[in-house]
Amino acid sequence: MSETTTAKGLADPAARRQLMSGVEPEPGSSKPDPILKVDNIVRQFGGITAVDVDHLEVQRGIITALIGPNGAGKTTFFNLITGFDRPTSAGRGAHWSFDGATLDRTSASKVAKSGMVRTFQLTKALSRMTVMDNMMLGAQNQAGENLAKCLIKPFWSAQEKQVEEKALALLDRFSLLEKRKDYAGSLSGGQRKLLEMARALMSDPKMIMLDEPMAGVNPALTQSLLGHIQSLRDEGTTVLFVEHDMHVVRHISDWVVVMAEGKLVAEGPADSVMSNTAVIDAYLGAHHDTDLGDDALLSDATLEQLEAEVAAEEAEREEEQRS
Amino acid sequence: MDDIQGILNAMMRTAVDPQTAAVAIAVIGLNIHFGYTGLINIGQSAFMLLGAYGFAISITQGWPLPVAILVGLAVAFVFALVLGVPTLKLRGDYLAIVTISAAEIIRYVGRSGGYESLSNLTNAAQGIAGSQYRTPFTDLSPFPTGTTQLLPFNYLDVAGGSTVVRLLGWLVVVAAIWTAVRIGRRKVGLEGSTRTLAMVGLTALVVVLLFFLAPVSQRNTGVNGWWFTVVAWILVGISLIIVLGLTRSPWGRALKGVREDEDAMRSLGKNVFAIKMQALIIGGLFGAIGGMMYVLPAAVQPDALGRSITFFAYTALLLGGAATIWGPVLGSLIFFVGRVFLIGVANTYLSSDDYLNIMNGQQTSQFAFIIVGVALMLLVIFRPQGILGDKRELRFNV
Repeated sequence: MSETTTAKGLADPAARRQLMSGVEPEPGSSKPDPILKVDNIVRQFGGITAVDVDHLEVQRGIITALIGPNGAGKTTFFNLITGFDRPTSAGRGAHWSFDGATLDRTSASKVAKSGMVRTFQLTKALSRMTVMDNMMLGAQNQAGENLAKCLIKPFWSAQEKQVEEKALALLDRFSLLEKRKDYAGSLSGGQRKLLEMARALMSDPKMIMLDEPMAGVNPALTQSLLGHIQSLRDEGTTVLFVEHDMHVVRHISDWVVVMAEGKLVAEGPADSVMSNTAVIDAYLGAHHDTDLGDDALLSDATLEQLEAEVAAEEAEREEEQRS
Repeated sequence: MDDIQGILNAMMRTAVDPQTAAVAIAVIGLNIHFGYTGLINIGQSAFMLLGAYGFAISITQGWPLPVAILVGLAVAFVFALVLGVPTLKLRGDYLAIVTISAAEIIRYVGRSGGYESLSNLTNAAQGIAGSQYRTPFTDLSPFPTGTTQLLPFNYLDVAGGSTVVRLLGWLVVVAAIWTAVRIGRRKVGLEGSTRTLAMVGLTALVVVLLFFLAPVSQRNTGVNGWWFTVVAWILVGISLIIVLGLTRSPWGRALKGVREDEDAMRSLGKNVFAIKMQALIIGGLFGAIGGMMYVLPAAVQPDALGRSITFFAYTALLLGGAATIWGPVLGSLIFFVGRVFLIGVANTYLSSDDYLNIMNGQQTSQFAFIIVGVALMLLVIFRPQGILGDKRELRFNV
């Protein structure tokens, strides 16, 4: 099966389910056709290990969600693989590659050029520029951005026209066409999210990485954003996104990767991974089932049991410290 | 009335002064740094000083004029590289710190007499006298010797220069400027080429009327003569055309993108360091050209191109409007002409026995600077976008 047919075929949910059915729902499992492979990335801030990922593969052509509680290191992980941050383990076994090309020492701008474009959790609209100018900046390899050529218009006017048409088409698709002459700073939060996504698409990325695309977006816009993300997938773009909202994740993602305290704790299809004990523990804590308002729990037997558990945990911790 | 005419004449002389044009060119360069790219360069005077040194020393060494200009530009180019490589990868504040200290280093090296091999070239604090390097430039002048008055036909020729004629003339000037402002703000129903034509026509009318009401008489070729004035303002025009071309191109768009958010630009695959470096170099080259023009009618004195010139340049830029094409020129004109106006008023009315005599000659100049300072503060508080800036840009936080 060639690449293009893979991408086209994946618009069908059954095909996606079948593709991923052979994959073990284990953290770090190998995928049939990974576009992104990450090995041994560690990032420490002083004594705190924010990210410690042994191995992760992201399947080409589907929507992968990266979830986890607050402080799990999802955004830091994004920053690391897109070149906005350097792993502490750089040069000591850290290795990641995108679409066959190694990215260990690549700068953020080169990562974007290679086809992996990201958006930001706090949207970075270029406020004092028009929406249209924001879009035009997203296009790659513009001759007019070369200082030697920019003064002579014939060198770039044809390309500029193409870029403009593409920008208008994308703005239309993201229903921002009427706003094209407004400053990006005057857009609402949700519109900025749309603009950022549209701008990222100007470069025809192979993979788009969305950092909390739904944060601060009203429910009506969420629906249309979800539609856009799904249609991207259907057109063959790989999507990796960070999200908190479980409904969103369950609704659109084909594969879910769960992070907690910097580590990968689970992987799997959206419907089954939510019931994974490791995931529930990560989100709700190991004692989430315990109802503190239940009088039956106040019996001596339960108290003894809880005390024993606490003692066991303490002993464990002491042992760890000793070693 | 003669007092007022005297002040007006002094203002017009400053308005056509080649040094005003020279600072305007340096401000155009600073506008590329600060206005378009968001680089906080507090050392524009160093680019000017280096350009001036490179130019003047080359000529005193007997090199031809074009080579001297290239040397001046090359020195500024190297200076921009040296400043940019360590700082442009860091946050913007570091460039500000490094440029202001580098400018002081250049000035102190220029004025120090410690090394004989160096002070033989720069002549230390005394500087290089203009007569040592001016000749190749004055020799190029196509103008005949003598003196020319602009306009030859002026208010003195109409009704013997009566007050009524002059008042009428100034009324027309004010009306023309007011109309131009209305058209500029799109409050008059003119669009497209009609609008441009109306603006050009009104500007030309104002310029001609100003020369009619306050004629300027200068030698044709001598120091500060018409030859210097014409070349300086032609250079301003060329700089404006270049900046217009640069900022309307995709490269100029990338500059603004870097100003707004560097990380966003990185995420779009742009090489932010290269863009910032190119902007620093281009703006610095404009600074060097301004510096050469600045010293041509004067002398290369390191202390004359110190911090205060940088701050004048920033004042002019903020006054005219950062990130606008015409802002630097308008700002420089208003700043220098306004200062002469304040000094003139203070000299005439606050320092003479005819009116009030409350300050001496030195104090009037300081008084003018105090007023300029207060005006700048008011400007930044009440109209931070400058005269030509777009108010829409201020509606959201930067």
